[in-house]
Amino acid sequence: MSQREKYAIEIKNVTKIFGPDPQSALDLLKKGKSKAKVQAETGHVVGINDVSIHVEPGQVYVVMGLSGSGKSTLIRHVIRLIDPTSGEIYVHGTDVLGMSLPELREFRRTRIAMVFQKFGLLPHRSVIDNVAYGLEVRGIGKQERRMAAQRWIDTVGLSGYEESQPHHLSGGQQQRVGLARALSMDTDIILMDEAFSALDPLIRSGMQDELLKLQAELNKTILFITHDFDEALKIGNRIAILNDGAVVQEGRPEDIVLNPTDPHVEQFVADVNKARAIHVHTIMDVDVSESCEFSVPDTARCEDVLPLFADHEWVGVVDSEGNRVGRISARRVIKALARYHKAVTTGP
Amino acid sequence: MFPDVIDTKILRFWVDDGLTWVVRYWGDGFEAAAYPLLQLLISIERFLLWLPWWFIIVLLVGLAWLSTRNWKLPAVVFVGLLFLGVMDLWEDSIKTMALMITATLTAIAISLPVGIVMSRSQPFRRIMMPVLDLMQTLPSFVYLIPVVMIFGPGKIPALIATIIYASPPLVRLTDLGIRMVDPAVMEASRAFGTTPRQRLLGVQIPLALPTILAGVNQTTMMALAMVVIASMIGAGGLGYQVLQGIGRLEVSRGLFAGLGIVVLAIIFDRISQSFGKQLQARIGMAEKRT
Repeated sequence: MSQREKYAIEIKNVTKIFGPDPQSALDLLKKGKSKAKVQAETGHVVGINDVSIHVEPGQVYVVMGLSGSGKSTLIRHVIRLIDPTSGEIYVHGTDVLGMSLPELREFRRTRIAMVFQKFGLLPHRSVIDNVAYGLEVRGIGKQERRMAAQRWIDTVGLSGYEESQPHHLSGGQQQRVGLARALSMDTDIILMDEAFSALDPLIRSGMQDELLKLQAELNKTILFITHDFDEALKIGNRIAILNDGAVVQEGRPEDIVLNPTDPHVEQFVADVNKARAIHVHTIMDVDVSESCEFSVPDTARCEDVLPLFADHEWVGVVDSEGNRVGRISARRVIKALARYHKAVTTGP
Repeated sequence: MFPDVIDTKILRFWVDDGLTWVVRYWGDGFEAAAYPLLQLLISIERFLLWLPWWFIIVLLVGLAWLSTRNWKLPAVVFVGLLFLGVMDLWEDSIKTMALMITATLTAIAISLPVGIVMSRSQPFRRIMMPVLDLMQTLPSFVYLIPVVMIFGPGKIPALIATIIYASPPLVRLTDLGIRMVDPAVMEASRAFGTTPRQRLLGVQIPLALPTILAGVNQTTMMALAMVVIASMIGAGGLGYQVLQGIGRLEVSRGLFAGLGIVVLAIIFDRISQSFGKQLQARIGMAEKRT
């Protein structure tokens, strides 16, 4: 159990089969038949196939996959908007599947908040009443919930829009309302289902930056679903890549970029901006004897140090306390960025 | 000719005898059950007749103004009501209005819950759909006869026949409105831990309200369409004037009373539609969401 409580969210061997008789299809699947074969024989669709994921507290965990990969189905399992066919789900060690209906409601009201791709705002309510919705369901008085809602409206930059109707706002603003609604719940876990996918690229990028800024302050556990690999690399501490309902690779963003273990993942990696994905500390020289005129923090990415090489041959890397932990040269960065391309061009 | 397979005479006897039996033994019970309905109708009628004519004009013109914020509809309503008064149709119009209002209120009280249950229960929906089809397509005279036999001629059978005829659109539109609520909004509401009741009252009904209002509008119109038939069994009002016009071959009497019904229809249709549009705009259904 103590092992279990270590994780904010634990999804263990979850399988979800859609159809009238999922159990019989599950038996076939367990006998080793492929997803396609099960579907051809029984007409049942395997949405999720034996997925296990561990999310640690404070992590931004990204599940990335194309449409139809089962990622939205997966995230809905965490608060049981969908029940799995088999498997186990724990949130801070609590068995989510063992909850009775009233327990589940209490759990949804107090432990987890969710942000939706299509926003899911109540069109007949003003912005502030939308943001306060979760608190209202929880049974908090009008004065108090409105005050809390006001605070989060200010945080997401919607001050002045409190009494507007959601449909008078732009898509980006509507999703800010969705985000404020989730944040106002003050839960330590937030689920984000393609939260930024419906937004224009520029707005999306701005929202990602803001989410990262907020996360640095709030230190929540965020399970984030996306179909955008760049987005996954930008905001994820860990990434799981889902294909056809199964996890094909899981790890830190740079591990996935540097060592894709699956042809499906390679396709994503081939188009990605690797300078953004790779942190300098993973490829630096740990030699600290030479002094450097200029240093970057160890959270910096390759794209951050590239401009510095115009004036410096070596750039130092320091940890959060300012101690030198290594140094890096342009040559090393180029090598890291080029390594994967070579593998592709000479590969079979 | 189609061959005789069974003797339909027996079937007809069963139905006729059954009805006679119901009238004999349950007639009083039915009448007692419908008594509150009669009371409602009479109180509304008395109240409307007690109100001074100018007050009703001010009230309806005011409502028309509130619903559109425009001078056109209030002007139409004003001229229409003047016509009713000038043509000596005022009292009959009020009686018809009272019948329509009572039928509509009762229809709302019955149809709303039925529509809500239909939207949540597939089996119930499957049972109700043919029943509603039947209510709408069965010629009203068919159920008018047994209703008159049970309740005797008068206002109650007229009211009940009107309710039977006018309810189906409201039931259908309530069911449709609730089922058409954006599933994304419903899912979000569920994710926040709402109970089914909170979802019904806080999300489904408010978002279905424009559709439900369209149903109320339909019910009002159908109730007005029933007034001539209802007057045959003792409802009085404008319908009775039309009926007398037909009986005495007085074309003018029938025409003016008929126009009076049209005036009432226009007034109530336009006002309720405009309120529906206002409501739609408020929840952003009139404009396309981006």
